[in-house]
Amino acid sequence: MSCTVRIASPLRSYTAGAATLAARGSTLAEVLANLEQRCPGIRFRMIDEHERIRPHMRLFVNTSEARELSAVVRDGDTVHVICALSGG
Amino acid sequence: MAGTLWIGTRKGLFALRADGARRDWKLAGPQFLGHIIHHVVQDPRAPRVLLLAAKTGHLGPTVFRSTDRGRSWREAARPPAFRPVNDGEEARAVQRVFWLTPGHHTQAATWYAGSSPAGLFRSTDGGEHWEPLAGFNDHPMRPKWAALGTPDGEFLHSILVDPRDPRHLYIAISVGGVFESTDAGSDWTPLNEGCAADFLPDPSVPFGHDPHCMVQHPARPERLYQQNHCGIYRLDRPQRRWQRIGKAMPKKVGDIGFPIVLHPTDPDTAWVLPMDGQSVWPRTSVGGRPAVYGTRDGGASWRRMDRGLPRSQAWFTVLRQAMCADTHARPGVYFGTTGGEVWASTNGGEGWRCVARHLPEIYSVTHAA
Repeated sequence: MSCTVRIASPLRSYTAGAATLAARGSTLAEVLANLEQRCPGIRFRMIDEHERIRPHMRLFVNTSEARELSAVVRDGDTVHVICALSGG
Repeated sequence: MAGTLWIGTRKGLFALRADGARRDWKLAGPQFLGHIIHHVVQDPRAPRVLLLAAKTGHLGPTVFRSTDRGRSWREAARPPAFRPVNDGEEARAVQRVFWLTPGHHTQAATWYAGSSPAGLFRSTDGGEHWEPLAGFNDHPMRPKWAALGTPDGEFLHSILVDPRDPRHLYIAISVGGVFESTDAGSDWTPLNEGCAADFLPDPSVPFGHDPHCMVQHPARPERLYQQNHCGIYRLDRPQRRWQRIGKAMPKKVGDIGFPIVLHPTDPDTAWVLPMDGQSVWPRTSVGGRPAVYGTRDGGASWRRMDRGLPRSQAWFTVLRQAMCADTHARPGVYFGTTGGEVWASTNGGEGWRCVARHLPEIYSVTHAA
């Protein structure tokens, strides 16, 4: 499956500034693994050591928020990596 | 060359560089703008190498490494992280890498990191890959040792490596206490006898104390100093009972603070920066009149050192990593405030001047030769 990943600005140091990337995978976990292969280090900034999405990160598949990495990603979907508004 | 002061702030990394006389200071940066920088530490075994502990408001914690004195940085391939858990186990995740310590001089690529929640990590390849230190993180007593925490979790800090023996380690936990290992971190023992814990129902507990900062003198490694939530202490090993040397501080000032800094060669000389620990704990300079206090006799007596500091209405807070000394024969002493000012003394604390202001909230001030 091929999808588009939209990258929030705090993570673009890992993507050479790219705001969108194409990625492969049929679940969010597979998409992030594919992303990690090309952008080493990016996954751990979003996902902790127990496979939990970090508290200030939000992941959407199209317009639905994904709470688990097992969320299904279909061909042509857009995965949004969003940094929750927080702090000062 | 006077070296560099690395200033880690809530919003990025700055460098203050002085001329040889330490008169003129030039501010450079920011690097990592928007990152929370908890600690920046030079490797005394390889002075071109620096490690930096960072995160952002959104992104997870990590470590960056420089091999060119901070000109460029590369992220660790495997940052500090707890091991995967089994069913029913508490799944702790590193919220922040809070502390970095270079390993023993005979172990050139070893580094230690402390985290919040309280975790201990080791790298044996210069900070590129980090492993959890099971001897502490999985110690059966660890949940009890670090049970009380702080609103931001417990902080593991002040990782000390005995220069005489790489297997001899100390750590401190806020809140949890001081712990010692004599087997390279495989096992740990509380070392808090003599320290007050007047915030606990039972102040005579063997652990659960709140060390804010602990230091070991490089020239006399058996000597430890500690700035604790409940006073200033000294311990000369092999003794096990801390002595409250803060009792010699003026009563109106008290002996509460975050940092404690040692003279590079004289084990009897140390500096602290007292804060108001009364009533609701404002944690600001006492009475709005900031002062460093210095001892030259191992804490038997203390002297106020405030020449050049504001005389009134200055409500400094100086965090535990935000005060340091350099290695000159007449050492420079430096501190950064949460209000974004850096103050410097180039005569062992006798006189002070502000060398940077308008910076973000300062978390860490360290000297790099």
